[in-house]
Amino acid sequence: MRVGQGVAMGNNHEVHPSGWRRWLYSTNHKDIGTMYIVLSLIAAILGGSMSGIIRLELMFPELQFIQDLQFYNVMVTGHAFLMVFFVVMPAMFGGFGNWFVPLMIGAPDMAFPRMNNISFWLLAAALILLLLSAFVQGGAGTGWTVYPPLSNADYHPGPAVDFGILSLHVAGASSILGAINFIVTILNMRAPGMTIHRMPLFVWSILVTAFLLLLAIPVLAGGLTMLLTDRNFGTTFFEVAGGGDPILWQHLFWFFGHPEVYIIIIPGFGIISQVISTFSKKPVFGYLGMAYAMVFIGVVGFVVWAHHMYTVGLDADSRAYFVGATLIIAVPTGVKIFSWLATMWGGSIEFPAPMMFACGFIFLFVVGGVTGVALANSGMDLAWHDTYFVVAHFHYVMAIAAVLAIFSGYYYWIGKMSGRQYPEKLAKIHFWLFFAGVNILFFPQHFLGMAGMPRRIPDYPDSYAGWNLVSSVGAFVAGIATLLFFFIIWKTFSSGGKVQSNQWGPGATTLEWTVDSPAPFHTHEELPVTNSHMPAE
Amino acid sequence: MSESTPGAIMRPDGVEGVIADWSSDQRAFKKVPWGKAMMWIFLLSDTFIFGCFLLSYMTVRMSTTVPWPPVSDIFALSLGGEPIPLILIAIMTFVLITSSGTMVLAVNYGYRRDRAKTVLYLIITAIFGATFVGMQAFEWTKLIMDGVRPWGNPFGAAQFGSSFFMITGFHGFHVSVGVLFLILIARKVWKGEFDNETRGFFTSQKGRYEIVETLGLYWHFVDLVWVFIFAFFYLW
Repeated sequence: MRVGQGVAMGNNHEVHPSGWRRWLYSTNHKDIGTMYIVLSLIAAILGGSMSGIIRLELMFPELQFIQDLQFYNVMVTGHAFLMVFFVVMPAMFGGFGNWFVPLMIGAPDMAFPRMNNISFWLLAAALILLLLSAFVQGGAGTGWTVYPPLSNADYHPGPAVDFGILSLHVAGASSILGAINFIVTILNMRAPGMTIHRMPLFVWSILVTAFLLLLAIPVLAGGLTMLLTDRNFGTTFFEVAGGGDPILWQHLFWFFGHPEVYIIIIPGFGIISQVISTFSKKPVFGYLGMAYAMVFIGVVGFVVWAHHMYTVGLDADSRAYFVGATLIIAVPTGVKIFSWLATMWGGSIEFPAPMMFACGFIFLFVVGGVTGVALANSGMDLAWHDTYFVVAHFHYVMAIAAVLAIFSGYYYWIGKMSGRQYPEKLAKIHFWLFFAGVNILFFPQHFLGMAGMPRRIPDYPDSYAGWNLVSSVGAFVAGIATLLFFFIIWKTFSSGGKVQSNQWGPGATTLEWTVDSPAPFHTHEELPVTNSHMPAE
Repeated sequence: MSESTPGAIMRPDGVEGVIADWSSDQRAFKKVPWGKAMMWIFLLSDTFIFGCFLLSYMTVRMSTTVPWPPVSDIFALSLGGEPIPLILIAIMTFVLITSSGTMVLAVNYGYRRDRAKTVLYLIITAIFGATFVGMQAFEWTKLIMDGVRPWGNPFGAAQFGSSFFMITGFHGFHVSVGVLFLILIARKVWKGEFDNETRGFFTSQKGRYEIVETLGLYWHFVDLVWVFIFAFFYLW
């Protein structure tokens, strides 16, 4: 191993611009990764507060304190947009991706560092546009699906929806640039010996995610453009009255929207694979199967979109196809779940915070996956469509599972990123509080959905009262857990002890554990050479 | 990263090389320059936007209850009294496809480091491209004079105007950007910046003749997209 020799040779590894120039002009993958993570934390506070408002309103039947019902819709919409585009994607793809893909493949930086910079700042601009959208003329209360006619100029006059559309356009451009950057980096900049089939699974997950972004975002952009012209230039692509077709929007949106949920969760697969392998002190079980399961999920994810549209009147043959295609996705996800379990089997398992979050992830993902298999059936979905059963399903399988993966990755890598040890005991309390909170929050929503409670409505009949109260209590527990997380961040940076370059011991076999902690500003003077799956061993 | 990586393995060229690499778990894609890889990946993405627009156009053409305007009459031009259907579009298509040919020549002479001929063919390509955009502007003007608007037209379904302006506008924008870059790269070749490895103004990277090929990829893509627009919008 020749990594990290640069420091010993006394070159100027730590020379970098200081002050605001270091960040605004940054072309360094680690600094840009850090900025992504900070942006995601800011957006998480905003998006989390919105979900708090939703749960406060739903705590009891009848309207509690929201008089303007559009405001409730704006909260639902803002929560979704913020969490999807500005919390989970920046944290996993932009944050951990930027930080660890170059480190893991032994590259000095990303392939296009300036493009990396503009990717980040476009996202910051998009966040501002989205917030503007919430504050002008009542805000955009369309839901994240932005279905016309609700989103057209009749029902949303004023610039709120236009701001939202522009925000998504800009965020989309940011994602496409980021995706191109990652693909070229991963295909072309691997260190000698780091073959495609030796890449860590986290790198595989980012590669698959980048291709999903690359192909899904343009379709969203095309649809949004037509929605924009429908709203402003009098075209009638989605207007029934003008001979257009609102279902066309749903097809375009979900052709993007379904890969989007895999964009959210697949980097989580990568993180969980690294963490479980590290703390079981075993290589991942079925490495190739795990890698190609992600590829398969990505490919099939593009041909199942209409399972979000069973109720719009598709013909029976189409629905039969989409049921079948959707159910097939359970196979590669099953491969992943059982391979994680098999990785732990017979391992010398430790349970620090990242491993606990990884196990929590597996639990949530299985629960959400099982309800997903149920929902995939067109006949059953006719009853469940737009109920809280769907809300419970996707929060389990994609939203909270992704957040657990982010926490897992955070505790796993914060030592490498900051050079400091997080407080282990507090982190474990954080896990249990958060895990209990989200389960109390979302599990009762299955019952509410089975009983027929519709989503996106601020009021409900008395018969739904009890479980809604339980759900809201769970939300507050999860909220307290999140406050604790911010306290842990502060504690880590204010009084965390220094950590070694490999703080996790023999199980951590990827290249990032061979460089100093915190990772030096410029990683490699000379490229590392690898000859196995576990270069750092 | 240096050109010759220590421990690099000899492999066949092209697609065969990629397949051989991948299946034998060797290093794949090592011979693909970054800029070229980036352009291919970008074009893959761009395909999906054009695909999205064309599919949407076909959908609304089927969903609208108003008859579709008679396309070949609308795009007819009277030359010497007799209206010839699609004559302008035929010329435009011919011009654009010819420009792909001159682009190929430019790439060829670029790799031979024949500066004069590279510049010549790049400029010819740019002129063809600009001619195409000019004819498109003429076509737009004619249609607008005839009363075609994004929200309606006197000939039939309103979606005709909206699809037309959206699809040809987006494609024309691509061609225009391509023309700008053709001129930019032609200037660089003319000044010999790829021979003496001058650093770029914005990127501070050393340029290479390979950029001509990368630009060519973009140009052929825009050309190919036009073939589909021609087939699905004008001929259908």
